[in-house]
Amino acid sequence: MVLTVTSVEKRFGKVSILNGVSLTLAAGEAVALTGESGSGKSTLLHMIAGLEPMDAGEITINGKALENLRDAERATLRRENIGIIFQQFNLIPSLTVAQNLSFQARLTGRSVDIDALASSLGLTEHLAKYPEQLSGGQQQRVAIGRAVAASPKLILADEPTGNLDEATGDAVFDLLVTAAHDKGAALLIVTHSNRLASRADRRLHLRHGHFQ
Amino acid sequence: MSCTVLLTLLSHWKRRPFQFLTLVLGLALATALWSGVQAINAEARKSYDDAASVLGGETTLSDKTGRVISNETFVALRQNGWLVSPVVDGWVFGTDGRVRILGIDPLTMSRLNPAGTAMAEVEIFEFMGDDGLILAAPATARRLTNFAPRVRSVEGIAPGLAIMDIASAQTLAGIEGISRLTLLPNQPFRQTLLDEVAPELVRRSPETADDLARLTDSFHLNLTAFGLLSFVVGLFIVNGAVGLAFEQRRPVFRTLRAIGVTPGHLVSLLVLELIFFAFFAGGLGIGLGYIVAAALLPDVAATLRGLYGANVEGTLTLSPTWWLSGLAIAVLGAALAAATSLLQVARLNPLATAHPRAWARASSRTMRMQLSLAGIATLVALVAGVFGSNLMSGFTLLGGLLIAAALTLPTALSGLLNLGERLSGSGPLVEWFWADTRQQLPGLSLALMALLLALAANIGVSTMVGSFRLTFTGWLDQRLASEVYIGAENENQIDALIAFVTPRVDAVLPIWHTDADILGAPGEIYGVVDHPTYRQNWPLIVASPDVWDGIGRNEGALINEQLSRRENLSPGDILHMPGDWTTTIAGVYSDYGNPLGQVILPLQTLISRYPQVDRTDFGLRLDPEGVPGLRDALTEEFGLAPENIVDQASLKAFSLGIFERTFAVSAALNVLTLSVAAVAILTSLLTLAALRLPQLAPVWAIGLPRQTLARIEFFRALVLAFLTFILAVPVGLVLAWVLLSVINVEAFGWKLPMYLFPADWIWLLALSLLTAGLAGLWPARQLAKRPPADLIRVFVHER
Ligand SMILES: Nc1ncnc2c1ncn2[C@@H]1O[C@H](COP(=O)(O)OP(=O)(O)O)[C@@H](O)[C@H]1O
Ligand SMILES: [Mg+2]
Repeated sequence: MVLTVTSVEKRFGKVSILNGVSLTLAAGEAVALTGESGSGKSTLLHMIAGLEPMDAGEITINGKALENLRDAERATLRRENIGIIFQQFNLIPSLTVAQNLSFQARLTGRSVDIDALASSLGLTEHLAKYPEQLSGGQQQRVAIGRAVAASPKLILADEPTGNLDEATGDAVFDLLVTAAHDKGAALLIVTHSNRLASRADRRLHLRHGHFQ
Repeated sequence: MSCTVLLTLLSHWKRRPFQFLTLVLGLALATALWSGVQAINAEARKSYDDAASVLGGETTLSDKTGRVISNETFVALRQNGWLVSPVVDGWVFGTDGRVRILGIDPLTMSRLNPAGTAMAEVEIFEFMGDDGLILAAPATARRLTNFAPRVRSVEGIAPGLAIMDIASAQTLAGIEGISRLTLLPNQPFRQTLLDEVAPELVRRSPETADDLARLTDSFHLNLTAFGLLSFVVGLFIVNGAVGLAFEQRRPVFRTLRAIGVTPGHLVSLLVLELIFFAFFAGGLGIGLGYIVAAALLPDVAATLRGLYGANVEGTLTLSPTWWLSGLAIAVLGAALAAATSLLQVARLNPLATAHPRAWARASSRTMRMQLSLAGIATLVALVAGVFGSNLMSGFTLLGGLLIAAALTLPTALSGLLNLGERLSGSGPLVEWFWADTRQQLPGLSLALMALLLALAANIGVSTMVGSFRLTFTGWLDQRLASEVYIGAENENQIDALIAFVTPRVDAVLPIWHTDADILGAPGEIYGVVDHPTYRQNWPLIVASPDVWDGIGRNEGALINEQLSRRENLSPGDILHMPGDWTTTIAGVYSDYGNPLGQVILPLQTLISRYPQVDRTDFGLRLDPEGVPGLRDALTEEFGLAPENIVDQASLKAFSLGIFERTFAVSAALNVLTLSVAAVAILTSLLTLAALRLPQLAPVWAIGLPRQTLARIEFFRALVLAFLTFILAVPVGLVLAWVLLSVINVEAFGWKLPMYLFPADWIWLLALSLLTAGLAGLWPARQLAKRPPADLIRVFVHER
């Protein structure tokens, strides 16, 4: 298993957000995570990425348990095993599209065929541009490219299409699912669109702190 | 409605106390240094006015050649219907340097003479006679404790001046005669012509405060330049804070505009807010300025006394004008710093979306504009340098160069960063480091410009001071070649003194002199003999080859550098001397620290042309070992006071002491300017830190720990400070060159060779790295400890 989440709990102050959430993800599997706004989808994703501590339970990625790791080790784990895509502001503003695409891969010492990647994402003519010169959809495609280029075991995407119009969002979603599939990576993708969720291999619905 | 809107606008500051602090601090510092310098200048100017009103408020008669006036001449004038009163003008040694003394005749002087007011405080019989009272302002009285029982402090006497009976003054200053005669107002109509009674006398119109002011102008201009520099550096801080505050309130402005507040209304409310800030910070700044001025004034007073013989009271009195102009400069500063921001608000389009402005994006357009402005500033500087020939053009050259350097900085730094990128490895982190640093430049460039100015000023001034000190020390060694300098207490003692010392020393070198107007300005004439001491040591700059042989043959004259530059005279030229005769210039020597023109004549020429010279001073050459013995013998035999026997070492120490104090002011202002720049760096880095989160969060999410990011941020601050320092060195050296070769010549009349002090630069580099390090440490620490939730928020919520 690439990812196992076992009985994870999370509270913010007195408010309990997650009470005992469990899930597993195998390589090459694409899972959609849905739920109402405020149900804790992002929080779960952040905990899996090691960005946010949990209150109880266990998360292992590629066999490594997160709670035993220090901050810097979690960062290394994230860098080497996880590709992460948020709703917005994924890119490093001071780097060009080409540099953004290869950034994580090069951090982990992997080489990237930027041209092939860019053409598969339809970004060929934008390589020398800076993020702010791109449209929202183009920015998200760069973010996907960067996440995929590092050949991670796990890709986490938090409403990657949330800021896009429907057509663009669909295209980006499909691109992500295809790219993850091609790389054999496990994909956990948060969306509140039932239509998009149904295109995943499996879907999980979060409600009142549990999967239903 | 205005009230509600204003409260809405002001609520911003409650949520951002640090920004408020930055704004107030920047404005207060800018105002403080400016108004501190203004307070010092005003104080000095007031002292000059006071001095002029006592010393030269009346028309006087004085000797054409600078000799003293005899008692007979005085009596003859009175008998021929001239209402004149004798004055003796001289110096005595107080406990800390010379004090000017003014001997007056209470029986003949004008009732309107300001010295008369001082007289009213004491009984006339206590005042008269050669052991009568010495009147001085309290501060001056404290410097005269060596005359303690006779000194009486009286308010209202000009600083640094002691008033006494003419008989006292003659004894104390060793002057046998009258320095000048003041002409009383309301002279009788029936007078014999002056030319018939005393043809050697000339009538002079009242000396005005302007004379002293003109002499010290350069010094005050210097202070003003420093004040202005600090003011500008302070404005950089304010500009940054105001810019950020306006940026962050953009949504509020938009909402206000959308609900119907007109642009004019909004801008006027913002102006009101700024005026409030200006008054608050300006008030603080004026208070700080008072402290700065009070702390610097003693050194300034010492400088003015040592360098120009101008006396300035060591305590501050402040006028309402000063307060008001301090507030005005604060308002002006705030207006200057906020002008661009206000303009943007006036043009704000309420329908524009919350498009995050590329606050931190390198704008090549801005850089191009800065470069063209720099070009204009360079051009102005060059024109001033090539065609100008006064102090103002010197400072224009200086200012133009500094502005050009500051404006070129962002482009130059950007170039250096490109170079650094090319030279360093090609890892993704390294690439990101350089790219991100370059992107941050526009946000930091104002602070870095402030740092560049402060560093360059520091290098420039310390190079000048160091070069001066080195030159001056070497020069003192040459100039003070005699082991002991003695001064007879009066003319009668001279022959006995010479007879006594001659068998005990290797050589007796007369240093006889007289004061006289040389080519229309006050000056000094000295006489020397041809002696190896001079041949070996005298600091000649240019001279005809047989200069000392000429002196030996009683031919020719030497002049000091100031006179040579002022009158454009060089060896071979004819010099018109007071008393209507001419001589040929044989050489020019350096004479640092002397505000006056000076001529050195062969001793015999001096005596024959000016029979009444002061013959009391001598230099003695002897084995240094013998100095203490000689001193004791002289004290025993002649009862010479210690200040009349000065050995070389203490004279050098005294002269150096004066110069150390002279530069203490520059050094203090230098440090203050540098600290303002440090505050600028600190506040800009902290300000930017708040804006940096969206740029750092993705890097963190991808997998760089916060600690690593913090270290990189810290390192970045150091790199920027280092690069700025590297650029500041050449700017500072150009500055030093201008100070030494242009400003000094215009201000003092002498040119100095330039020496380099790389060890000082290392210190300065360490200091600027420390400043930037400290400034970078706090944001870096904050980043390292930042809760992940803050970083996550970047991705989840709209900014
Ligand atoms: N750092 C935090 N502090 C306090 N409450 C938080 C924090 N982050 C999220 N929450 C709360 O936790 C709940 C779940 O948030 P989130 O995981 O973002 O929901 P979703 O992504 O499903 O919309 C929300 O009610 C949110 O307000
Ligand atoms: Mg969410």
